[in-house]
Amino acid sequence: MHAIPDPPAPAPQPVAQRRSGENVGDRVFRSSTIVLAAVNPLILGMLALLLFIDGWPALQKEGLSFLATTTWDPVFTEFGTAHFIFGTIVTSLIALVLGAPIAVGAALFLAEYAPDWLREPVSYIIEMLAVIPSIIYGLWGFFVLAPFMRATVEPFLREYIGPLPVIGALFSGPAVGKDMLTAGVILAIMILPTITSIAREIIKAVPDQQREGMVALGATKWEMITGAVLPYARAGIVGGVMLGLGRALGETMAVTMVIGNSSAQITPSLFNPGYTMASAIANQFREADSDIYFSAIVAVAVVLLFVTAIVNGLARLLIWKMARGPVGLRI
Amino acid sequence: MRNARYTKANMMGEEIRPIMVTVRESEETLEAPSAPAVTVEHLNAYYGTFRALNDVSLEIRARSVTAVIGPSGCGKSTLVRCINRMHEVAPGASASGRVLVSGEDIYAPDSDPVQVRRHIGMVFQKPNPFPMMSVWQNVVAGLRLEGISDKKRLEEVAERSLRKAALWDEVKDKLHMSGAALSGGQQQRLCIARAIAMEPEVLLMDEPCSALDPVATIKIEDLIRELRESFTIIIVTHNMQQAARVSDRTAFMLMDEERAGQLIEYGSTAQIFTNPQDKRTEGYITGRFG
Repeated sequence: MHAIPDPPAPAPQPVAQRRSGENVGDRVFRSSTIVLAAVNPLILGMLALLLFIDGWPALQKEGLSFLATTTWDPVFTEFGTAHFIFGTIVTSLIALVLGAPIAVGAALFLAEYAPDWLREPVSYIIEMLAVIPSIIYGLWGFFVLAPFMRATVEPFLREYIGPLPVIGALFSGPAVGKDMLTAGVILAIMILPTITSIAREIIKAVPDQQREGMVALGATKWEMITGAVLPYARAGIVGGVMLGLGRALGETMAVTMVIGNSSAQITPSLFNPGYTMASAIANQFREADSDIYFSAIVAVAVVLLFVTAIVNGLARLLIWKMARGPVGLRI
Repeated sequence: MRNARYTKANMMGEEIRPIMVTVRESEETLEAPSAPAVTVEHLNAYYGTFRALNDVSLEIRARSVTAVIGPSGCGKSTLVRCINRMHEVAPGASASGRVLVSGEDIYAPDSDPVQVRRHIGMVFQKPNPFPMMSVWQNVVAGLRLEGISDKKRLEEVAERSLRKAALWDEVKDKLHMSGAALSGGQQQRLCIARAIAMEPEVLLMDEPCSALDPVATIKIEDLIRELRESFTIIIVTHNMQQAARVSDRTAFMLMDEERAGQLIEYGSTAQIFTNPQDKRTEGYITGRFG
């Protein structure tokens, strides 16, 4: 072993001096990225501001009853949107309850079980599903899904689940086919590919050391998945589910075509035709023949914007809490 | 029952003596060379059609540390992964031959790999605590898999295992924090605690210090020397000094012309490092290659 002499230490260079030596190209590039990055918040700000200005007259006239009442009567200029908000939340929840487990299950199959020759084609098909325009889902829902729901699924649910206490109330009344349940089902189908592809990527990103650690303790494959893979991937999967929820909340075209578009009152039954906020806007914006009617429709858009923003915020909170794991957590 | 026996012995006075004799006898059997804990016979391991191990046979002594050394890719990891049937978890991997653990062939047709792994603990190259479990949940993860849910018993085992892994004093106030919140060396000792909580017959360690700093490495090495009292340990290491420091016996492996791992020489660590019988072993330990 020979001692290697220390190289002479380089003279410390003041930071300011280096900064001023920044090359012109760098400076131009830096400034232009700042401008480009500012475009996004600017657009959001302008959008929110303009919507708010146009919606203000209706919001001012109705006050809190705009959110709390269920009478939407343009003729007598009464605008309550609680049932639209209800419709949006209920259809999105149905979509999550039906879609998320299927999507996570499919993602698990693709990431953990599927042989290579099957994995790529199936993943490709799922990504195709994500880019199908929503009008196509809407048409299929209108001509195929809604009649099928009316003739087969809904009578079945009414007969077998309808008599049960509490939960039975969800499946009572005449089966129309174009209702909240059908809208929820079409939304579930539409958010499937989003959640599946994200969950698959997240599950694939779980380090193999985690899997091996569990298997070496004497876990079966299933125990390895529930004990090591899913907990590790939990936060990311919830993030994917939340992205799906975001899509469901705002989806317009397909929902408008199958939800029945009626300002009916809020009832527990999912067989009730209704409106979501998005479908109400899509259905009525051309009929707005008075300034206050127009303003009320824009105000619905303001509420929708806020609901999606709040859901997004809650989702981030949830993911942050989950990603923290059990640090400081009592068992 | 036990009380009754004690009382009887006390009453008879001289009955105590045979008990003491029994204890001394069992101490003697510990020191004497006993039946091998693990016997590997004509083991071949494959990844698809590539042969990674070529006819390896060796006997591992109980309650001793056996080091497996050799250059990268010589099959040392594959060898230990065959001893708890982790090798076959990789897609396309397979093995042939016999591996006897306490006299039972773990590759017998009716042998269940899941059961095998419950009796043979493993510690990996990179510390892999489960980040979504707390420290104590990590330690008892294996017991939970066995279906043990009695909280009292789990807590007992957790404390005992953490003490054995020389980690208790450092984490006793952090038992409910995430396993990933510990330092790298602590994480590795947590993984050792997790493995010994199952009271395995054999503890496999696949380069357990290669991701750790020197101070953490020394702690793990001290721990390995202590665990030798209770467990049969097989440690893979690319660090020859480490093998010399911690092991009783050393196996040297090398790949043959077809890149399959072969056992070149196996003997007491002192003999391998001071008086190697094979030219290739000598070349490797004197640093001429590898």
